[in-house]
Amino acid sequence: MSKAIKKSPWVVHFNCNSCNGCDIEFLACLTPTYDVERFGVLHVGNPKHADVLVVTGSVNNRNKHVLKNVYDQMPEPKVVVAMGACPATGGIFADCYNVIGGVNAVIPVDVHVPGCPPKPEAMMDGIIEAVGILEKKRNGETVPPPVLPVKTVKGPEAPPMTPEMAAKIAAAKAAAAAKAAAAKAEAEKANENQEARAE
Amino acid sequence: MESIKNILSNPWVYALLVVVITPFIGALLTSIDRKLSARMQGRIGPSWFQPLYDVAKLFSKKPMALHRPQLIYATLHLVFMVVAVVLLAQGRDLLMVLFVQAFSMICLVLGGMSVRSPYSWIGSQRKIMQMLGVEPVFLVMILALYLRNESFLGSALINSANTTPLLLSMPLMFLAFLCAIAIEMEKSPFDLSSSHHAHQEIVKGVTLEYSGPFLGIIEIAHFYETAFFFGLMMAFWHTNILIGLVVAMAGLIFMTVLDNSFARLTPNWMLRFMWTVPLSMALANLIWLWVK
Repeated sequence: MSKAIKKSPWVVHFNCNSCNGCDIEFLACLTPTYDVERFGVLHVGNPKHADVLVVTGSVNNRNKHVLKNVYDQMPEPKVVVAMGACPATGGIFADCYNVIGGVNAVIPVDVHVPGCPPKPEAMMDGIIEAVGILEKKRNGETVPPPVLPVKTVKGPEAPPMTPEMAAKIAAAKAAAAAKAAAAKAEAEKANENQEARAE
Repeated sequence: MESIKNILSNPWVYALLVVVITPFIGALLTSIDRKLSARMQGRIGPSWFQPLYDVAKLFSKKPMALHRPQLIYATLHLVFMVVAVVLLAQGRDLLMVLFVQAFSMICLVLGGMSVRSPYSWIGSQRKIMQMLGVEPVFLVMILALYLRNESFLGSALINSANTTPLLLSMPLMFLAFLCAIAIEMEKSPFDLSSSHHAHQEIVKGVTLEYSGPFLGIIEIAHFYETAFFFGLMMAFWHTNILIGLVVAMAGLIFMTVLDNSFARLTPNWMLRFMWTVPLSMALANLIWLWVK
């Protein structure tokens, strides 16, 4: 039985917030060049039939509920594979105001496949790695979570506001307003001149 | 040798053997189909034992059901399919075989309708339309068999004095029957209610809400179904089992080619097609048999 689960991992693919780069590379795994079906991998559209959840893209406040829902619908034993940089840490979207971070923030990840996007070969390697973990989970062994070399890729926090900076900002705003008013007055004057000429 | 024959002539032992061996034949036919599809697309394709691995895996998953009726319908789907296969193998009344097989399909529809998923509902409704398209062809085929053998019994075909193979006396019926099997086995362009491939417009249709062991039950029922239709195709050359195998294999390969060369079409198109082209072919064959 545990051998069978190793031979037939059915994969459901969920796009969280991806730029579609990883998704296209993942679908390339099904093509004749890579033919992931020779390992028994089937791409199913339904989490209830799946053993492996492949996530691409970073998690945000909108899709975290959907991701959790998809994960909860999969019957045990199940594994999660994070494909690419975004589902690991948030990737280049990590600094966005709505991005929570990687998939780890919502559901436990078993395998991280690095890359932006990873090569199809790397993705297939990740799935095979996940299948090994799936077999261990089936046999009731506990699998330690993978260790990421980078915890976050968020930028440094902004420095606290000082009175001098506030005054500087206010002065800059006032100067900008004055400049805009002057430009507007000039434009009106030019307009009047034009009308007068036309008459 | 004689004692083995005696044991096999016992209907219970024979039925048990059929029940045990048929799913393996179905699995082999399924893997031939998948392997052939893969080769046609220039891929290596899965292992020969892949359908068995899939079912074994599904039974090793944790059971997760929405409610009890769903499980009862899945089991009944399998049970009726097994009964249909056994009745066919024993050469019983073909009308009964047809009804039991239709009942098995109805159980699948009821299971799909018993949950609240809209995709499952649409899949079930399409399954009903598929049955509407298929059943008249089956009925006309059995009527034609009655005209030929003066009996509804399957064994009457084997024991009949008429030694012309069925394929030669009902060629148009065979073509209509192939279309009907393509619908029952969910092959493109007729894979409307539930597709073998991922990402159809209603996801997995009628089997959407089944998971783990319960999906495994439906997969096993599908093995029986594949073997059932393979057996029916073999019956079109009942005089020689080897030529029968060749005919049935050709039918299966035709299914795979059809599946790989057509896009999915709409349920209304399917119904219009089935009630015009294959049904009139089957009726023409029936009238020919009647006049002869």
